[in-house]
Amino acid sequence: MGYSFTAPAKNWATEPIERTEILWIVIAGSWCLFMFCWMIAWHWIGNQNMANEAYKTTPEAYAKKVEEFTAKYTVRQDKSDPSLPVVAPPPGSDVYLAASRWQWRPIVEFQKGKSYRVHISSLDWDHGFSLQPENINFTAYPGYDAVVTMTPNKTGTFGIVCNEYCGIGHHTMLGRIYVKE
Amino acid sequence: MAITTAQSPFRTDPLTGLRIDLTAQALVKVNAVLAVVFLLVGGTAGLLVALTRWPAVHLLPADLFYMALTAHGIVALMVWIIFFEIAVLYFVASTLLSCRLAAPKLAWTQVVLMVVGAAMTFVAILQGDSSVMMTSYVPMNAAPHFYLGLILFAVGALIGCGVFWGTLVIAAEEKTYEGTLPLTVYGCVIATIIAVFTIASGAIILIPTFLWSLGLIKSIDPMMYRVIWWAFGHSSQQINVTAHITIWYTVAGLAFGAKPMSEKVSRTAFLLYICFLQFGSVHHLLSDPGLSSAWKIFNTSYMMYLAVLASLIHGLTVPGSIEVAQRRSGLNNGLFEWLRKCPWGNPVFSSTILSIIIFGFIGGVTGVVMSVEQVNMIIHNTIYVPGHFHGTVAGGTTLAFMGLTYYLIPVLFQRQVIMKPLAALQPWLFGIGTSIFAIAIMGAGTLGVPRRHWDVTFAGQALGFEWPGMAQMMLAIGEIGGVIAVLGGALFCVIVVGSILIGEPVPANAKNIVAPPADAGGHKEIGMGGFEAPGTFILAMVLFVTLVLYYFVNFKYLATLWTLT
Ligand code: HEM
Ligand SMILES: [Cu+2]
Ligand SMILES: [Cu+2]
Repeated sequence: MGYSFTAPAKNWATEPIERTEILWIVIAGSWCLFMFCWMIAWHWIGNQNMANEAYKTTPEAYAKKVEEFTAKYTVRQDKSDPSLPVVAPPPGSDVYLAASRWQWRPIVEFQKGKSYRVHISSLDWDHGFSLQPENINFTAYPGYDAVVTMTPNKTGTFGIVCNEYCGIGHHTMLGRIYVKE
Repeated sequence: MAITTAQSPFRTDPLTGLRIDLTAQALVKVNAVLAVVFLLVGGTAGLLVALTRWPAVHLLPADLFYMALTAHGIVALMVWIIFFEIAVLYFVASTLLSCRLAAPKLAWTQVVLMVVGAAMTFVAILQGDSSVMMTSYVPMNAAPHFYLGLILFAVGALIGCGVFWGTLVIAAEEKTYEGTLPLTVYGCVIATIIAVFTIASGAIILIPTFLWSLGLIKSIDPMMYRVIWWAFGHSSQQINVTAHITIWYTVAGLAFGAKPMSEKVSRTAFLLYICFLQFGSVHHLLSDPGLSSAWKIFNTSYMMYLAVLASLIHGLTVPGSIEVAQRRSGLNNGLFEWLRKCPWGNPVFSSTILSIIIFGFIGGVTGVVMSVEQVNMIIHNTIYVPGHFHGTVAGGTTLAFMGLTYYLIPVLFQRQVIMKPLAALQPWLFGIGTSIFAIAIMGAGTLGVPRRHWDVTFAGQALGFEWPGMAQMMLAIGEIGGVIAVLGGALFCVIVVGSILIGEPVPANAKNIVAPPADAGGHKEIGMGGFEAPGTFILAMVLFVTLVLYYFVNFKYLATLWTLT
């Protein structure tokens, strides 16, 4: 009797609860309730939320959109990697980024303070969209076109790292976003 | 009568007074030894991974790195832990209830299936075409026997749960115990109920994936895969949490004669796990497309954080019960005399208390914060994530299991633990190493460094960039902590295997190693200001303040980012 590993006293269900425990349950419980409300509230008071807007698509259909988007707004080839086009879409427009083994395409150029509807999807396996050094991270699936409206608040060169393991070339999978004034 | 006695498969253990069924003892031993062997395998893979992620060392080439990482995840997380859990289940059901183990043949089937399954998956990984990580997200594909091995392993584990329940039924029918089930057994019942849900989810997703790898099913939706895989992957972590918390309670009883502060509170908290844990699967999908915010918020909060509340309760009541027991035995001065005078050099105790601290402060605080829908965007798939879960599964679960092992070696194997001074050091080595590892790589993750990544220097990449110096330093410190943890883990394996093989037999006149019930201490007036466990309350408030501050620090960081809507 009287251990955690022996049968409890007969009156265990009616024994009064000790003060230390009651106080802790009240404090911890209130905090839990607060966290729940805060997470909902951040959708109104915060500026960083996932829209969770997503559409079913196919890799072929999505690749086509990326091609059209690239053809329409390409302004130059990239200096670091001349095989990659740099695409400068007008503010407010739809931007299509494609992940495939092992590259994020195309490179885009944004203007600070302007909003863009950024579409993210994969053409083959799951990939990661990790914008650095901002440190904003999403997963890209094949077959799902996810939209996040982004408004850059800083200028500079931002790397996109794939942070969802995608096979042997995973660590070579990069992309880039430029943000200018 | 004489005949039944002669055939009696029981012995009475001199160290604990427990009546031990010899068949159960054999099965507990086999499962526990297999667990430790696999821990050694998993730890070796972990060492290779850590030495590769340390940029200055960068040991393995990319293909072997991803292979070792897949092996480490599966062997350390699934194989070591589940073998040990089965050993605990058999021990608890039979020995604590003085009952024979139900269906020994089935139990041996469990052993065989789990060994064959684990070996099959392990071989598939070593063959090189199954470096898909333990999550094996489709449409990335592994060899068919990679999935088949996991399925066999899971069937074995399910049989283990069945044997546990069967034993409970026998114990109830043969009235081998009186009154309500002890809390330890109750905790194990909760764990097995979660296990059945877990294994069912695993079957629902892994069987089709196996068929798909054979070409019998055309495709599997990537979103559906992730949702169901995590119903399996997340719930299996909740089994671990339930199991190691049960062990905390048990060790508090064994080492201090403690009993739960309130059976009612502790049992209700366990019940909350059953009701709400499964919702937590969505933690892993917070930054995925296609799922609504309402659904994410409801689930990620475990329906308003009720399961988090349960863990916070256990986090107070276990140390609280130790405090009450210590005070009842006369250590009633000031706030912390009970804590100072704990047996810090006894590995059973030090493993347990370190497990509680690391699980709470490292695994728990970070887990609650990173599972906030919005905060997840700054953490998802960075190396912060492995930092968090080494706080839970390595520092929390693994360390708790180590502590119990030290207790069980003399009881089950009737051998004394060898190298006592090193055994006293071992939990500290593993606990501190794991903590440094976890905290430092969380630092690197906060600065964006990705998980599961072979080369964060991006050598030779046109679009490569350099991480802040701080991130690189954190990675190096973290992996050094990892090496210390591996030393601690290896020492554990050596001590366990060594004790079993060459440990001195327990002397016949050895004294009982179960602490007398603290109630018998006779000190009735304990505590301060009407609180029986004021010291624990202060410690709990330290955890609380840490959690609150860390929560808002993360929102502050989040608020500086690009606007995302
Ligand atoms: C003994 C000391 C240990 C060391 C040095 C260690 C080291 C590591 C490292 C460096 C990673 C890779 C992180 C990344 O690149 O994403 C990792 C991943 C992991 N570790 Fe450990 N670990 C240890 C113990 C454990 C234990 C005891 C467990 C489980 C009980 C465990 C479970 C895992 C899991 C599940 C992963 C994730 C694998 C994946 O991403 O698929 N580790 N560990
Ligand atoms: Cu990728
Ligand atoms: Cu990748």
